[in-house]
Amino acid sequence: MSRRMRQRFEVLVVGGGPAGIAAAVRAAEAGRRVGIVDDNATLGGQIWRGESEAGSEASRWTERLRSSGASLLRGRIFYQPEPCVLLAEADDLVQELSYEKLILATGARERFLPFPGWTLPNVMGAGGLQAMVKCGLPMQGKRVVVAGTGPLLLAVAAYLSQHGAEIEMICEQASWTSLAWFSVALLAQPSKIFQGFQLKKELVGIKFSPNSWPVAASGRTTVESVTISRRGKLETIPCDYLACGFHLVPNIEVPVVLGCEIQDGCARVDDLQRTSVAEVFCAGEPTGIGGVELSLIEGEIAGLAAAGRIAEASSLFGKREKLRLFAKRLDRTFRLRSELTNLPQPETIVCRCEDVRYSHLRDHISWRAAKLQTRCGMGACQGRVCGPATQFLFKWNPDSVRPPIFPARIESLAGLTGDSKQELCETTGGR
Amino acid sequence: MSSPLTVTVNGAPIVVPSGATVAVAMVIAGKACRVSVGGEPRGPLCGMGICFECRVAINGQPHRPGCQILCEQGMDVRTDE
Ligand SMILES: Cc1cc2nc3c(=O)[nH]c(=O)nc-3n(C[C@H](O)[C@H](O)[C@H](O)COP(=O)(O)OP(=O)(O)OC[C@H]3O[C@@H](n4cnc5c(N)ncnc54)[C@H](O)[C@@H]3O)c2cc1C
Ligand code: FES
Repeated sequence: MSRRMRQRFEVLVVGGGPAGIAAAVRAAEAGRRVGIVDDNATLGGQIWRGESEAGSEASRWTERLRSSGASLLRGRIFYQPEPCVLLAEADDLVQELSYEKLILATGARERFLPFPGWTLPNVMGAGGLQAMVKCGLPMQGKRVVVAGTGPLLLAVAAYLSQHGAEIEMICEQASWTSLAWFSVALLAQPSKIFQGFQLKKELVGIKFSPNSWPVAASGRTTVESVTISRRGKLETIPCDYLACGFHLVPNIEVPVVLGCEIQDGCARVDDLQRTSVAEVFCAGEPTGIGGVELSLIEGEIAGLAAAGRIAEASSLFGKREKLRLFAKRLDRTFRLRSELTNLPQPETIVCRCEDVRYSHLRDHISWRAAKLQTRCGMGACQGRVCGPATQFLFKWNPDSVRPPIFPARIESLAGLTGDSKQELCETTGGR
Repeated sequence: MSSPLTVTVNGAPIVVPSGATVAVAMVIAGKACRVSVGGEPRGPLCGMGICFECRVAINGQPHRPGCQILCEQGMDVRTDE
């Protein structure tokens, strides 16, 4: 049976990455009673998780957070039972968190595209494999192909190489032309933005191939090789891991469920990072993919604004503007090429939760129709993996998010009143 | 890092570094985390609690996301097999 706990905050922050940490620090330092909740075993979000090197930007911010007086909570927000209250689940504890102001800093996830063999064990996301290594997976002597698109590929390759992996190749689908253009833009940008472009030293000697993408992974029980389309030719590379991700998609499920207006797949915010819903702010990747520095500055602005420090918040607008321009370039450079829509074969699984194949999906007219008839997107990930993929493959628009935001255990729902409990039990399939 | 831990995966002992998640233990053990509805072996994909491909039974609790749970000494991990 789940235990229940109730806590009250003036400012509640959802997400413990750079954006959430900066927001919590600024609001707490301004004297507000702040709670910050994250669903991972350690704080820091996608980039800082598990990093503890003294003097690093990560440790400076986490130190500042610890001494700010903000309460650090572990749990995953999965439901809003009534206005200004959210439920968080962790192990056998359900926390009822009430707030006056809410800051959503839920970050981003990788975009995955289906191709033959992508469901084999040891084919992981690029950030996915990096996260596993941060959590203790040994890489010494392992052969890794890094593929997909985006600055994350370089950051991951450098990280894995530092941890003893042999990077066989980095395959980037973008063309030399767009990458060259991007590098020029980078020179004009004094700050570091995405770690990847600062890691040149670690990347020396690693084969980097633009105009390249994976067309198939093969192996008996785990991946043993990957076939790459490289400047029009096919090439097979033996490997122990394929780390493959196609840039990032914002995690907007919580903003969507709370009714925040969404524009081009991102939560729409004003100058002070306020969403369309009163007292709800949003910062970091859910407002658009922009890297760690933009997440930090948006977090600071949101935290200050939520604490009523408008003048201080406004003084950071200029810095944010520069970083946003850069984010736009990022989007353009790593836009997916149309050839990638041909990656899946008829029998390729697109929805991994329900094993729905490409041939069963391609004739449907919409995401909704496909969901109803094939169960695509109805499994445990709730369409977080296949949704962005089918959006790219078929130009389907994702539909609204139904609560719970994440699958919750049935015990966690005990104690809710009639209607909401019924609604949740239906969508969790009695788990 | 402090000293390694031992967990059991389907009864077999697996040694992992302290701070390792259950998903990491599964990859070290060379075991799939789950079998898909169509019968395919699956392992971790996202490493961040999104895809649920890493779900396993931990100390008798089914469907736990292995990539978000740290290994503890003596933990009992079981898969669909
Ligand atoms: C897998 C991955 C790896 C990356 N690696 C790098 C890298 O090496 N270098 C680099 O420069 N950039 C990297 N990035 C880009 C990175 O997202 C940003 O640079 C930066 O981490 C963004 O900070 P953020 O605070 O906006 O989001 P995040 O760091 O993503 O933080 C969001 C946090 O919110 C949590 N969360 C989400 N939903 C809920 C919920 N419902 N309840 C509770 N908690 C929730 C998430 O688990 C996460 O911890 C990576 C991105 C991804 C997806
Ligand atoms: S690996 Fe995706 S949820 Fe654990």
